[in-house]
Amino acid sequence: MPDRKRVEIKINGESYSAEVEPRLLLVDFLRGIARLTGTHVGCDSSNCGACTVMMDGVTVKSCTLFAVQANGREILTIEGVAKDGDLHPIQQSFRDHHALQCGYCTPGMVLSALFLLSKKPNPTEREVRLGVSGNLCRCTGYQNIVDAILAAAKRGGQVGRRPT
Amino acid sequence: MYPASFDYFQAENVEQASRLLREYGEEARVIAGGQSLIPFMKYRLALPKYLVDIRGIPGLSFIDKKDGCVRIGALTVHREIEESDLIRSQLPIMRDAAPLIGDPQVRNLGTLGGALCHADPAGDWGPVVLALEGRLKCVGANGERELEAKDFFVDAYSTRLQPDEVLTEVVLPVPGAKSGGAYLKLARRTGDFAMASVAVQLTLDEAGVCQHIGIGAGAAGRTPLRVPDAEGVVRGEKISATVLKEAARRLSQAADPIPDLRGSGEYKREILKALLQRAAQIAASRCKERR
Ligand SMILES: Cc1cc2nc3c(=O)[nH]c(=O)nc-3n(C[C@H](O)[C@H](O)[C@H](O)COP(=O)(O)OP(=O)(O)OC[C@H]3O[C@@H](n4cnc5c(N)ncnc54)[C@H](O)[C@@H]3O)c2cc1C
Ligand code: FES
Ligand code: FES
Repeated sequence: MPDRKRVEIKINGESYSAEVEPRLLLVDFLRGIARLTGTHVGCDSSNCGACTVMMDGVTVKSCTLFAVQANGREILTIEGVAKDGDLHPIQQSFRDHHALQCGYCTPGMVLSALFLLSKKPNPTEREVRLGVSGNLCRCTGYQNIVDAILAAAKRGGQVGRRPT
Repeated sequence: MYPASFDYFQAENVEQASRLLREYGEEARVIAGGQSLIPFMKYRLALPKYLVDIRGIPGLSFIDKKDGCVRIGALTVHREIEESDLIRSQLPIMRDAAPLIGDPQVRNLGTLGGALCHADPAGDWGPVVLALEGRLKCVGANGERELEAKDFFVDAYSTRLQPDEVLTEVVLPVPGAKSGGAYLKLARRTGDFAMASVAVQLTLDEAGVCQHIGIGAGAAGRTPLRVPDAEGVVRGEKISATVLKEAARRLSQAADPIPDLRGSGEYKREILKALLQRAAQIAASRCKERR
């Protein structure tokens, strides 16, 4: 057995520290150690985006990153997106536009939308579709998700701002 | 889905990375963005016992221009290339390719160096770097050396890098004023690897005669393919449908695409032909834009 490594990861502003096997995936650190189960595992093979989180301000697939690689970095998961029980404008917009059915893809979709709007506050429909092209949804047919993100962008202001 | 166990080291500099790689030999692997290596490890296509993480090494992520060349650090992620103003103005062919790689999450972690070292026959950077006649700087126990892109790729997923070598930088000569380049990729859907792809970098003279041309093709064989045979047909000629048709024929002759779920060899050859003709036309029109 290789040595376990101590890793410390800041998740939604809170520090979590553990000794882990180097092969522990970030998504299992989040779900199993930090007990934040909002981040989902869909394909476990880098394709579906259900496991999307932000690391230092950019989206990554947490099933395709070892926890040791995230040592010392800052992670934002879906649990950190709403503030004090108030939905983030993107979440509110998903709700208003019926942009989720089973909800399995939603945490990843919201993080991808947040990242997109942080880069492009006024995206075109095509840019929105490309922005969530790393996230698969088996339920909605995407149209309502695209509508929700476009509507969130139209509200303007600080929609793409990372929650702090 | 878990990869086999391994031991993990974070290298602080290139020398340390190279030393670790030499110490552990064939059982060690560099990890950069992990966007190819981790899936390979999960599928047990790669079974490293030791991972040397180079992502934390300072000074390997940059894009700048020096001595007529754009230099890109090996750890530069695809997204940074996509967003770079220098790339947009100096090497539009790279700006074509970057947003076609995978999806936003992959482009946020995956690196130029990792993509080249992974040497996927259908990868996007191989053909581009070949068409631009790039050079790859590698550092190993025996010091630094530079490899030409055309000598870099050996076979599918295999390069000339020695086990103790780290790719540190990609050097791309900036083409002259009347140059234009274009990269086209056909994929089954957004984010997928290429069914086939073609990169063309052209230089025309005042009369529109081709002075220089680099052609690279992806998913055209077991490695990214440079196609001197097709280049020879275009060099010294004006860009015309007839010339490009012949170049396309030569490309399809030189190509030996691996048949897979993305298409038969025969189908991929047809795609290559079409893409070469279209990419060359776009490249030629870009020469005019810059004149
Ligand atoms: C869903 C998905 C879709 C993708 N789609 C595409 C696509 O359409 N087109 C495309 O081109 N690619 C695609 N990729 C691959 C992507 O471009 C990867 O980023 C890239 O192939 C590898 O870069 P990396 O930094 O992640 O390397 P890693 O995965 O960390 O490493 C890959 C290999 O290169 C070696 N290596 C890495 N860096 C160095 C270095 N500096 N020196 C020596 N050896 C090194 C490693 O040892 C390993 O063998 C996709 C990947 C995924 C997961
Ligand atoms: S679970 Fe990570 S991409 Fe599907
Ligand atoms: S809402 Fe069910 S997968 Fe998207």
